Amino acid sequence: MNIVVCVKQVPDTTEVKIDPATNTLIRQGVPSIVNPFDKNAVEAALQLKEKHGGKITVISMGPGQAKDALKECLAMGADEAILITDRAFGGADTLATSYTLAAAIRKIGTVDMILCGKQAIDGDTAQVGPEIAEHLGIAQVTYAAKLEVNGDTARVEREHEDGYEVLEVKLPALVTTVKSINEPRYPTVKGTMKANRAQIAEWTKADLEVDEPRLGLKGSPTQVRKIFTPKARTQGILIQKETAREAVTELIGKLTEAKIV
Amino acid sequence: MAVKVNKDQCISCSACVSACPFGAIIMQDDKAEITDACTACGACVDTCPVGAIIREEETKQVAMDKNEYKNVWVYIETADGAPRNVGLELLGQGRKLADATGQKLAGILIGDGVEGLAKEAFAYGADMVYLVESPELKHYSTDGFTGVFTDLINTYKPSVILMGATNDGRDLGPRIACRVGTGLTADCTDLGIDEATGLIAWTRPAFGGNIMATILCPEHRPQMGTVRPSVFKKPQPDNSRSGEIIRVSSKVKPEDIRTKLIEVIKVCSASCNLEEAEVIVSGGRGMCKPENFTLIEDLANALGGAVGASRAAVDAGWKPALHQIGQTGKTVGPKIYFACGISGAIQHLAGMSSSDIIIAINKDADAPIFRMADFGIVGDVMEVLPILTEEFRKIKAG
Repeated sequence: MNIVVCVKQVPDTTEVKIDPATNTLIRQGVPSIVNPFDKNAVEAALQLKEKHGGKITVISMGPGQAKDALKECLAMGADEAILITDRAFGGADTLATSYTLAAAIRKIGTVDMILCGKQAIDGDTAQVGPEIAEHLGIAQVTYAAKLEVNGDTARVEREHEDGYEVLEVKLPALVTTVKSINEPRYPTVKGTMKANRAQIAEWTKADLEVDEPRLGLKGSPTQVRKIFTPKARTQGILIQKETAREAVTELIGKLTEAKIV
Repeated sequence: MAVKVNKDQCISCSACVSACPFGAIIMQDDKAEITDACTACGACVDTCPVGAIIREEETKQVAMDKNEYKNVWVYIETADGAPRNVGLELLGQGRKLADATGQKLAGILIGDGVEGLAKEAFAYGADMVYLVESPELKHYSTDGFTGVFTDLINTYKPSVILMGATNDGRDLGPRIACRVGTGLTADCTDLGIDEATGLIAWTRPAFGGNIMATILCPEHRPQMGTVRPSVFKKPQPDNSRSGEIIRVSSKVKPEDIRTKLIEVIKVCSASCNLEEAEVIVSGGRGMCKPENFTLIEDLANALGGAVGASRAAVDAGWKPALHQIGQTGKTVGPKIYFACGISGAIQHLAGMSSSDIIIAINKDADAPIFRMADFGIVGDVMEVLPILTEEFRKIKAG
């Protein structure tokens, strides 16, 4: 099986803090990590490879430092990594990003399965995966909580509001993964050493068959109009009483007063 | 649009560097330099004390006649033959947008035997309904619904499309947007009209809810967005309203649908429909053991709410992953959120901080959850919950 996994390097949003004085994000000291859901996608690929053999290629679009994310995936056990990087890709929204990644996947050649995390924790859009599938004209299954391959067919348990749907799809297909699909492995020491020595290919727009106007900021239909910090929540009423019943009575009173119940 | 730094004016204060949400500004040779990561959001423009940063309008060449596109569409997702709440909520919101811009509001109904729901769409504000029915469309499929929806767009050319940010909505939206080549803003929590341009202003949280971004889609049509369930209230239905049903035949053939539905596994009913719940009662590590979750379920039942869980509770195996709220679980925004025995790790807060009212119960008065809760009880959840349930039952009965 030839598998491509798309990963994104993201700031660890749980480490992001707001500067109370300027009301802006403090990015200094915020570590860059592999998007957590993408690690589930890498793990899913590794498990498929262990069963069916094949090759795993990890790709990422981003600046040079995104190589660290790719190295981590190599250390986990991926076979090859490619960084898709060019000034012309900068400022891309999901449509331009998926267009570029789809062009890279076409260049990789015959691919049986493309895996992506369900969404990235910085943008949270969950759009790049389905849009890659659309650019490539292949089937997609999103929110996979279980994934098996038999011959040329994948069987997926897709997470849904009310439970799961079991779907079968002929390969090639794109699948996006949720957290509960697996527990991503830690890189081994050997894996990390190998990853550090690995050459990571860099593809620029010159390496891809792409139309320049469809790249980056220029190729992005959506534009950010403004960015602002949400009104910070503040501490409300804290009830501390001798007994639980007194506390509940007080709470119900306050809720009634505020017309919440 | 592009953001540029006038290097002669730059005083090397680096205020813009920390203002940039994307880390796209660096100091090079003591001057601010905009890197590839720039999305032209303009957050830096106002922070520059000397006005050295400017945002330039850049004309894009788009072969699209925007004037051809009219009217506001709302996709009415159905489940088990009934509309999901989010579709009705969006009809209310779509009505406002349509009225403000002098356009009509249409509901989109796709399925098998869903004609009866058109009445509801009219009652909630639609002027017309585009109805596509076929046996292949009985259950949602990416290929089937994308095919039908893009045919509708290409024929009737709407200006705006609102969809619920449900799992199916977020599966379908990007597929359609990509096929028709337009922009899609995901998971919006606010909608408005941009005064300067008359465009839809889509507002959404990013960076785990740390910042909000308002997005426009200036040159492409339709302007599309998915909107989080239960952000907007359902309007009051007016059953005297009626409208026009425009029946469109489906061109989708069975072989076009590449995914085959084998079975639907219903793990839970209302109790895990966190996305649409108006009330959520969540339990965390402080519940101590799985049996104690019945206390959570009892309160949720009494309030007609759904049951959530923190990552700790899911990892311990007390609740299935479908219930997990937080960064690696679901993002919710109910009217009332009860956090029971949840300390309030930032990963959890990322998933529920947009709730209207947060009520926390925790025995540790210093738990971070209290710093953002509107109401908090310092106490033992095992004691507080049964009494709370009893009181709410009384209120409901009385």
